[in-house]
Formats: sequence, structure tokens, C-alpha cells
Amino acid sequence: MNPFSSGTRLRDMIRAIRSCKTAAEERAVVRKECAAIRAAISENDQDYRHRNLAKLMFIHMLGYPTHFGQMECLKLIASSGFPEKRIGYLALMLLLDERQEVLMLVTNSLKQDLNHSNQYIIGLALCALGNICSAEMARDLAPEVERLLQFRDPNIRKKAALCSIRIIKKVPDLAENFINPAASLLREKHHGVLITAVQLCTDLCKVSSEALEYFREKCTEGLVKTLKDMANSSYSPEYDVAGITDPFLHIRLLKLLRILGQGDPDASDCMNDILAQVATKIESNKNAGNAILYECVGTIMSIEDNGGLRVLAINILGRFLSNRDNNIRYVALNMLMKAMTVDAQAVQRHRATILECVKDSDASIRKKALDLVYLLVNESNVKPLTKELIGYLEASDQEFKGVLTDKICSLVEKFSPEKIWYIDQMLKVLSEAGSFVKDEVWHALIVVISNASDLHGYSVRALYRASQTTTEQESLVRVAVWCIGEYGDILVNNVGMLDIEEPITVTESDAVDAVEVAIKRHTSDLTTKAMALIALLKLSSRFPSCSARIKDIILQNKQSFVLELQQRSIEFNCILQKHQNVRAALVERMPVLDEATFSGRRAGSLPTSVSTSTGTAHNIPNGIAKPAAAPVADLLDLSSDDAPAPSSSGGDFLQDLLGVDLSTASAPPSASQPPKGGTDVLLDLLSIGTSPPAQSSSSASDILSSIQDNTASLANLNGLTSLSPLSANGNSPASPAPVMDLLDGFGPSPQKNEENGPAYPSLVAYESSSLRMSFNFSKQPGNPQTTLIQATFTNLSPNVYNDFLFQAAVPKFLQLHLDPASSNTLPANGSISQSMKVTNSQHGKKSLVMRIRIAYKMNGKEVLEEGQVNNFPRDL
Amino acid sequence: MIHFVLLISRQGKVRLTKWYSTYSQKERTKVIRELSGVILTRGPKLCNFVEWRGLKVVYKRYASLYFCMCIDPDGNELEILEIIHHYVEVLDRYFGSVCELDLIYNFHKAYYILDEILISGELQEPGKRTIVRAVAAQDSLVETVKEQTGSISTIIAQASK
Repeated sequence: MNPFSSGTRLRDMIRAIRSCKTAAEERAVVRKECAAIRAAISENDQDYRHRNLAKLMFIHMLGYPTHFGQMECLKLIASSGFPEKRIGYLALMLLLDERQEVLMLVTNSLKQDLNHSNQYIIGLALCALGNICSAEMARDLAPEVERLLQFRDPNIRKKAALCSIRIIKKVPDLAENFINPAASLLREKHHGVLITAVQLCTDLCKVSSEALEYFREKCTEGLVKTLKDMANSSYSPEYDVAGITDPFLHIRLLKLLRILGQGDPDASDCMNDILAQVATKIESNKNAGNAILYECVGTIMSIEDNGGLRVLAINILGRFLSNRDNNIRYVALNMLMKAMTVDAQAVQRHRATILECVKDSDASIRKKALDLVYLLVNESNVKPLTKELIGYLEASDQEFKGVLTDKICSLVEKFSPEKIWYIDQMLKVLSEAGSFVKDEVWHALIVVISNASDLHGYSVRALYRASQTTTEQESLVRVAVWCIGEYGDILVNNVGMLDIEEPITVTESDAVDAVEVAIKRHTSDLTTKAMALIALLKLSSRFPSCSARIKDIILQNKQSFVLELQQRSIEFNCILQKHQNVRAALVERMPVLDEATFSGRRAGSLPTSVSTSTGTAHNIPNGIAKPAAAPVADLLDLSSDDAPAPSSSGGDFLQDLLGVDLSTASAPPSASQPPKGGTDVLLDLLSIGTSPPAQSSSSASDILSSIQDNTASLANLNGLTSLSPLSANGNSPASPAPVMDLLDGFGPSPQKNEENGPAYPSLVAYESSSLRMSFNFSKQPGNPQTTLIQATFTNLSPNVYNDFLFQAAVPKFLQLHLDPASSNTLPANGSISQSMKVTNSQHGKKSLVMRIRIAYKMNGKEVLEEGQVNNFPRDL
Repeated sequence: MIHFVLLISRQGKVRLTKWYSTYSQKERTKVIRELSGVILTRGPKLCNFVEWRGLKVVYKRYASLYFCMCIDPDGNELEILEIIHHYVEVLDRYFGSVCELDLIYNFHKAYYILDEILISGELQEPGKRTIVRAVAAQDSLVETVKEQTGSISTIIAQASK
């Protein structure tokens, strides 16, 4: 016996730890104890093993690491005495969890103990198994547990029943072995066994439909009778809780009946009487009684329809709802949510009370009530309910405002009867809790305003007014700035005045003031400032008289530390000074934003059904196929160079940047409206974030047109080898030179085609004055969906390209795998290759499409080229 | 199903933890920290339920101790309150007007009692007397084993106390 390792008694250690005045002292005591325990472990001390483990458990509860004691648990469990095993199993459950490998080592001891002659040791083993067994252990020990379900002592039977629950949850395949023993346990009189048997049956029904059928068939009547006996039983002191005999058993029986009755009219019919009896007879002045009533209501709501019972249940909930006890009100709200699916009309009757609960002082109740109100709203009551909720927004605390704002925005979008109402409500929310409004919500607002041409004036004036009074709500400011930028002239001239509006006089300089405030406010973030900068550019053309002042403000950002702002400021200044002739076209009003595609992009986040009927959804007829992406993507692309665009993940980002959009890829290639040149350039300016300004304002249009022609005419050229280019382009009037080049490059390909023998001709996927990219295709045999593409990049200039990087994006139905390029330096007139693999999940239905982006450095200058390839052979 | 049981003192000290669903040690610490932050700050008259990570935590304060049980969102909250009370009553019977100190110095006993009430997160026994008797029987079994093994090591152990 080592006197040093024996350490102190458990009680003394606890006392020592409790007397510590500081955390450091406590740590010191614990460290000393742990050291002693480790020493004892390494000496394999037997006498104090259980005491040491008890200490470790206490230390564990204090939050210190105790992993070194895990093996000690196993040793104690393996020892023969009951006291050791008792501590050992307790520590096993506390110190280990089912994921630890060590646990497997205990399986054998458990098996032995499950077969032990001492029933208390069997009990310990069952308890441990029921609390932490893993799937493997469940499989190994299920036969033992199954056998113990018939053990003579009821205390073991009930433990075995609960242990079986864990086993069938871990390994549902084993469920069928337990069906019969469980059914026979249902006939027991011992409450402990009965309660666990009912629970086991409930869980069996959940994992196995076979079990459900069996119990429904064989046991429903018996269970109804058991419940009836329970409800009519006389006072029994052992099980009495607040005057009710064994509420726990009541509740479990009701729960099992619910599962048996769900979807089965006969079984439901069988239990109607007893449910009615429970619902009417149980006293509701104590928690135990209410717990049973609550469960009973749940069962009535779930089983097959019985009108009378439902009325009874809703009445009970009504009583709960007016109860003064918060707990009861909480569960009432909870159950009313479930009742919504059954009987929405009945729930609507309690609307006023529920609305009151949204203002409760208890956060749990508030949240539950809000969830319920959210479900209650429909087209007919959206106006008053929204009014209530918005009214409450002012009074609610910060924590709750976020949730509340989310719900209001979602409701307003979902049910708004008319646009003006939508805009009004959003405006109220923005001014009250703008900082809680999610990005996509105010994006949606902009889309709606843009589509409501008759409300442009109303919106911009209302926003202007709101932004004058509230300046700390970021998203309000953003929407206001955007609208002032777009509709500044309408604001100043009071165009489209509605009858309900109060007249307002805004001078041109007032409007500029509003934007200036936004850009100068120190709390404005990059997005707001960038939006303000663009608004100023737009106003410079709308308000010629303020032009000089606007130029000053723009120039102030020339020194901005934020690269984006600095660059924009310089670019815009350049536009103002040197390109007066294009400016007006450049800053034309944004084309109407397409709502359908926008809501598609939001994909499921919030269902939008704001009526879109007014605007015929225009597609922006520019080559970059991103009409839908336009509103938000363009605004955000500004900032996306520094920060990832909100609401889109990294992968989407490239898509956004490159503008690939599934729905738009199918847009009719023949531009039905005359291209608005100026707008296109602006869009391009906004979307190509990194290209130098000179290029984006002048040569970008070339790129654009070439891309457009790609989209427009090459679709027709599929498979064409010898058709004259002119006839192919006959229907696209604006097709200039690039297409010719493109077709020139097309020439040699058919020969290759015949040499290699593949069914797919190679093609020139992209060509500019400086670079040509051609694709060769091949297929792996037996895998028609996957296409191997060998891309060859040829340098057409006399300069070397460094840091050559090719990027490609594909729509969702395609999968793209890019291998590294053969080199990242492209010598003059030389070429490099890069292979990629495209898997087409819609093989045979859709053909390949790809958006590409090529970046390189020429003479130290960064060059960026973008384009779309949609002239792939059709059957790839 | 009950996912876990926590006993937390008003000062935020953990007095008992029992996990019926799988949580790694790291997660357990996090759960305890998070929940004690939520529960200990709630006012006295509010309801006893907190929604947390898609689950529900039912808690009740007895003197200086908060008894918390975490259940599925569709569980019966009111019944859990009764189970908590059931546990407290059994503790009270076993210790004879239980106080926090009993649970600190005899924490293992508190666990033994809990193991007679809950297994795999489900209620095992509604009868209080049955529970107390089962625990007492096992206690006396420990005592008799100890007496029987009146070996030299026990004597030394007692001498060194």
C-alpha cells in the first residue's frame, strides 16, 4: 500500500474543492488529486480504485479532463464484487460516450453480468446498456436482453424493456424480435413494467410498420381497457399524483393510442369513448391533470376525425389559452399550431388572444405565439395582423426584433394584396428595424419597385421622406439611395403623384444632399457607399445643374482606402470629364428587373408571390445572359471583389460573376428589343469588377457584341461546316466582324474530325484578337454522359502571356472537373492545353453550355476575357 | 425521449449530468455553458420551457438548484415537469428533506436514484416507494459486501482515513 497514492477520502476532496476561494486554487487541488489518481492507476492499485473513480466523476462534473480514468471503469466492472461494479458502471456512463472505442471492450463483461445470478448486477448491466450502448453492442447483446424481458423479477423486466428501446433505436432491424415479448408485457399489472412496455411498443411502432400493424390489430382494445381501468381506479397512494392515479401511465397510454389510431378509422373509433371520458373527467387545476389533458388533446387531433371530440379538444385549448399559468399557455399555443392543420377555422377564433401572447413578457411564449400568428395569416386578415405586428415592432426588445422582422417581411411578401401596400409595409419595417432586414428582402423590394412603373414616384418620395427622418437603418438608406439614383428626376418633378400623397417639394440639390449624407455617414458600409456612388453618377446626368457638385463628391472618394470606392471614384470622374457624349446613355434608367428569375434565385428561402402582372418581364438584350441576375448581382458585384456577395456561396459567386444562369441560357437568342447600348455598357461596367476602366468603357462593347453573336447565331451553326457565315447570321442584324473570325477558325476542324474518328467535331470555342481557344471532344466508352474536353489555347499576339488562368462555369445540370493547364505561361504564337471533364446529367435532353473566363498578364498588365460557349455539338 | 438531464446550481455549478443521447465531451461542455446562460437568466414568473437548437428544455427550480431535462420538440412538456418533481420527491424521501449539500457530497447516490427512474431517456418507474426500496436494497448489499470483506486492506484503509 502506497501511503501517497491513497490520497484523501472523497468527502475530504469535495470539501477541499468547495473551500477554494479562486478558480486557480480549485485547479491546484484538482491537479493534485488527478496526479494522485494517475499514480494509483499506474501502480494498479486495487483497494482504492472505486474511490478514485468516484473522485474522478466529481472532477469530471467540474469540467476537467478525466479520460485517463476510462480503463479503470472497465477494470472495476470486470471485478467480482457488487460495490465495485456499481461504481464502475456509473463511471462508465458518465465518463464515456458511445463513440469511444474503449466501450467495445466492455461488451464481454456486460454479457457476463446480464447472465449473473445476482439480479442487482443484472440491473446495473441493463441500465448501462440502455444508456450508452452502441449499434454493435446492441447487436451482440440483444438476445440476452430479449431473454430478460421474461425475467421473474419485475424490476428486471422493466429495465430490459427500456433497454430494448435503445437497442431497436440503434438497430431497427432487430425490432421484429421484440414485438411478441413486448405485447405480452402489456398484460402486466405492475405499473413499472406496464409503463415501460407501453413505451417499448410506442417505439417499436415508430421503427417498424409491421409492429404497428400487429399492435393495432391485437392490442388496441386491451390498451383502451387498461386506460379505462386506470381512469376509473380508486385512490392508490403509491402512484397518486395530485389526486390522479399514475399520470405517467395515462400519458404513455394516450401516446401509444395516438400512434395506433392515426390513419386507421376502426382503431380510432375504438378509442373515442375513453378519450371523451379522459377529456371531460380529468381535473385541470393541477399540472398533472393538465399534462394528461394536453396529451389527450394531442391524441384527439391526430386520430381519425370525430367532430364531437375535436370540439371538446379545441375547447380545452381555449381554456388553456386563458389560463394564468404561463406553462399552460405555452402548451396551448404549441398544440394550436398542430391544430391548424386539422381545423384552422377553430384556431382563428382565438386570434385575438394569440395576438396578445405575441406581446407577452415571456420570450418562449412570444416566439411560440409569433409562429402561430404566422400560420394564421391568410389573404383576408393579412392587413390587420400585419398592422398589429408592425405596431409591436416598435415596442419589442432588440433580441426579438430580428425574429419578428423576418416573419413580417415574409408575411408581407407572401400575402400582399397590392403593390402599394407591400411597399408601404416594407417601408415601415425598414424604418423601424432596417438593420434586421435580410439582404434578399430589400433586394426584393427594389425589384418590386422597379416593376411597378406607376409607383416609381410614390416610392421614391416616400423613401426620400423616410430617409430624412431615419438615418441609422442601413437597408432603408440603401433602398432610398438606389431609388433616388434611378428616379431622381421623378422625385424632383413630382411625377405620378397619387391622391393619397402629401405634396412635397424636393429640389435637385436636396436629392443630392440625401445621397451625400449616405456616402459621408461614418456608419455606412461599403455596399451603401458604393450604391451611393452609382446613384451620384446617375444623378449627374439627371440633374445637369448639380453636375459640378456631384463631381466634387465623387472625387472625395479618390483617396478612399477601399480599393473599390477609389477605383469607382476615378472611373466615374473620368466618365464625367471625358465622356460627356456617352454619359447620358450610360446612366440610363435600369431596365425593369425580372421578378420571376429573381425569386427563382432566392430558391426557397422565402416564397414570393408579389404580383408581377404589371410588367411584361423584359429580358435585357445584352449578350451577357444575365437579365435576371442583373438587379442584385450587378449592384453587388461592386463589392464582391472584396467581400463575397451575400446570400451566395463561393461556388455561386463565380456563377454570379460570370452570369451563368440556367433559366436565362434558354432565353430566345434573337433579341426582340433593340439593344440599349448605353445600358449594356453600364451593366458591363458594373459587373466586370477588375477590368481597367478604359477597356470597360470602350472595348468592352466589342467583347459584348462578340459574345452576343456567339449566343445569337452560333446556336444555329451547330453541325454546320460549310454554310456561308453571312446567311447564318442573316437574322441577327448587329453581327460584326468577330463572327467571321470565329468561322474562319472553324475551317480546319472538320479534317481533324475525320482523322480522329470521333463523332464530335472539334470547335473554336472562343476567339478574340489576342487569343483563340479550341475544344477537342472525346468520350469514354460506356459512359455517354461524360465528355472529355481538351482545350487548346493559342496566343495570337507577339507578346508572352503570364499567369494564364482559365476558369469555366456550367449550369447545375452539368458537372465540371478542370485539370491543371499544361503551363501557365503562353509563349508568343504558341499554345498550351488543358483538359477537363464534363458530366451531363441531362444527357440527350440538354446540350452543353459553358461560360468561360480567361485571365492573364500581358506585359505586366492584367487582361480579362469572358465569353460563353454554347455551340457544343448537340448530343454531348 | 429525454436527451439529457442537468442539475445546475444558481451559481452555474454543475451538480449532475446525465446524457441519454450521444454528445461528445466537447459538446457536453458547450451545451452546459449555453443552457446555463439561458436558463439562469430567466425571470421567476416565466414559463418553464426554453426552445433550444430545435429541441425543448424543460427546467424547474427547487431552492438553489435548477433541474433541467431536454426533450424532443413534440414531447409533453407538462409531463416532464412531473418527472422532475417525481425525481425531487424521491430524492427527498431518500435523503430526508434533501438539500444541495446532500447532492454535492453524495452525488453518486443522486445518480443511482436517477438510474432507477430513467433508462435510455424514458421513465422506468412511477412508484416512489419502489424506487427508494430498490436503491436502499442495493445500498445494503454494498454494506454487507463491505462487512464480509473485513480484510486487512479495509482495516488499513480505515486506519489511514
